[in-house]
Amino acid sequence: MLLSVRDLIVEFYTYRGIVHALNGVSFDLDKGEVLGLAGETGSGKSVTAFSIQRLLPANAKIVSGKIVFDGVDLLELSEEKMREIRGQRIATIFQDPHTYLNPVFKIERQFLDVLKYNDPEIKALENKKEAERIAFEKAVEMLKKVKMPAPERVLKMYPHELSGGMKQRVLLAMAYSLTPDLIIADEATTALDVTIQAQVLEIMKELQKEKNLSVLLITHDLGVIAENCQKAAIMYAGRVVEIGDVKKVLISPKHPYTQGLLKALPRTDKEVELVGIPGTVPDLVNPPTGCAFNLRCPYAKEICRTKVPPYTLEEGSTVACYLYGGK
Amino acid sequence: MKLYEYSIRRIFLLIFVLLGVTILTFYLSRIVLNPLGAYVTERTRPEAIPAIEKRLGLDKPFYIQYIIYLQDLVTFNWGWSRVAHMPVIEALFYRFPATVELAIASFIIIILVGVPLGIISALKNNSVVDHAIRIFSLTGISIPVFWLALTLQYSFSYLPKVAGLPSLPSNGRVDALLYQQYPVNRITGLMIFDSLIQGNFIIASDALLHLILPAMTLAFLSIGAVTRVARSSMLEVLRQDYISTARAYGLPERMVIYKYALKNAMIPVTTLSGLLFGGLLAGAIITESIFAFPGMGQLTVFAISSNDSYTIMAFTVLASFIYVLINLLVDIVYAKLDPRIKY
Repeated sequence: MLLSVRDLIVEFYTYRGIVHALNGVSFDLDKGEVLGLAGETGSGKSVTAFSIQRLLPANAKIVSGKIVFDGVDLLELSEEKMREIRGQRIATIFQDPHTYLNPVFKIERQFLDVLKYNDPEIKALENKKEAERIAFEKAVEMLKKVKMPAPERVLKMYPHELSGGMKQRVLLAMAYSLTPDLIIADEATTALDVTIQAQVLEIMKELQKEKNLSVLLITHDLGVIAENCQKAAIMYAGRVVEIGDVKKVLISPKHPYTQGLLKALPRTDKEVELVGIPGTVPDLVNPPTGCAFNLRCPYAKEICRTKVPPYTLEEGSTVACYLYGGK
Repeated sequence: MKLYEYSIRRIFLLIFVLLGVTILTFYLSRIVLNPLGAYVTERTRPEAIPAIEKRLGLDKPFYIQYIIYLQDLVTFNWGWSRVAHMPVIEALFYRFPATVELAIASFIIIILVGVPLGIISALKNNSVVDHAIRIFSLTGISIPVFWLALTLQYSFSYLPKVAGLPSLPSNGRVDALLYQQYPVNRITGLMIFDSLIQGNFIIASDALLHLILPAMTLAFLSIGAVTRVARSSMLEVLRQDYISTARAYGLPERMVIYKYALKNAMIPVTTLSGLLFGGLLAGAIITESIFAFPGMGQLTVFAISSNDSYTIMAFTVLASFIYVLINLLVDIVYAKLDPRIKY
């Protein structure tokens, strides 16, 4: 087991009150496995990612839970140790390449700084000039790997001189240059147009296979999950409601929310009527008691309104719903 | 377009801005003031006045007078300053360097104090330190200049002197007696600079002491503004996505803040400090008057209170020239800081 998140509870302190962003998130990720984390906006996907990196904003607090990465609880590490983990073992690729590169520094500066602080080989060099040169070579090599045209020229450019796809490839190259064990791709392709999205996903897939990396692929696009992941986890209102093999989750969904999501997905292979999920996402300042989905669920029973459903194993998928487990 | 082409174009445009300024000042000064005042006193015989008018071109139509004025302007024939008892150009020649010296001194204080305070305030957002700094900067913005100047004079000059302690000088640019003893040859007119390159450290340190109180007064008024802008832009930058990237890719916090965030946060501060510096160079009227500092501001006060039209006009034109020039400089620095800006 490379990453194991257990009962993670995160709260945000805002003027409106306490936002219960994560209410007991649990999932596991094996080495070499690609896990897709899906859910609508506000379901806590990105908060989960930021919690693993320990980069939550100042008004957020991890109330309880465990994030065990390679046998170490990340929540108990010192800031300095966590910085090393961030640079060298867990890399993140963020949502919008346009805003995630510093506008006033050349790509070269940003890339080389990352290498100089994290690459063990380059860090060990005494000679600063030599380190710069080797870092530059390594950056060029990594950019070639992500199929960047004219990498030497790109390094001398500023972010605004690159297209969105190129920027995302720069970020990919930076992330993979650190030879991490885990990649968190937080909506990494959402801001790109479809063809570029396909290219970037293809590059990510290749690199993942080559190094046998674990990837946490966060997206709201179930199609991206179907094509790239082995496992899928569906989040709702700060909780994983269903997790399992991607085929099982997407073909025979168990949780009423997952079923609803799939019914709302347009299909190209057959004519089906699209059905939306009634109601809206609950307000996480005042979340409903019991199962967070009970207000919108067609099968809601009395117990759903009072008690949070535990996880049960149903045909290979883990589901948090009272419809299963013989109750 | 290349930066230098842009600069040349801007300098070309500057001519038109200055033409506009001269039309305005000329028009206003001829309405409000009578330029004859500089050349006529109570002892002038009435029959001599038409001759003076003729010599100054005051008998000609308005637009001809304006052209004469422009001619005089470019040939540095800026008229007679009644308050300085010398040609205006000469008076400015003596007084402008004093103002420059004061402006540089207070600008250094503003930047060295204002920017770090703003950054500390942003990093310790909403803590006791942050509140203390915000109160301090608000005080600076809202305090009246004359009150601050007098209070500083009282507490650092008068009180220690009465108590027999070492005190700071409260007026003038240099101790006159000391200056007689160790004269300095005028090279640039910047007293500290001139005396330093002539190896005259006694005058240099005395002039520096004389600068402290007026420079502190002027600086305190603007530190608040710089602090607030530095604070808010730093807070803004720290919320940006690329700061998350820097942290997520394992860069040390120190580097994230002082390299990756700071350069971005300094962009708005540059604009503000450019404008502040322009304002300082145009002369600090109240501060220079209270500290009897022989700069342009003091001269202007004298000129205004005795309707000295030539001095007032010269000051206005010079001040606007400085403002436009500083603005150009700010734009150039801007392009250096932010590569997205292309001219």
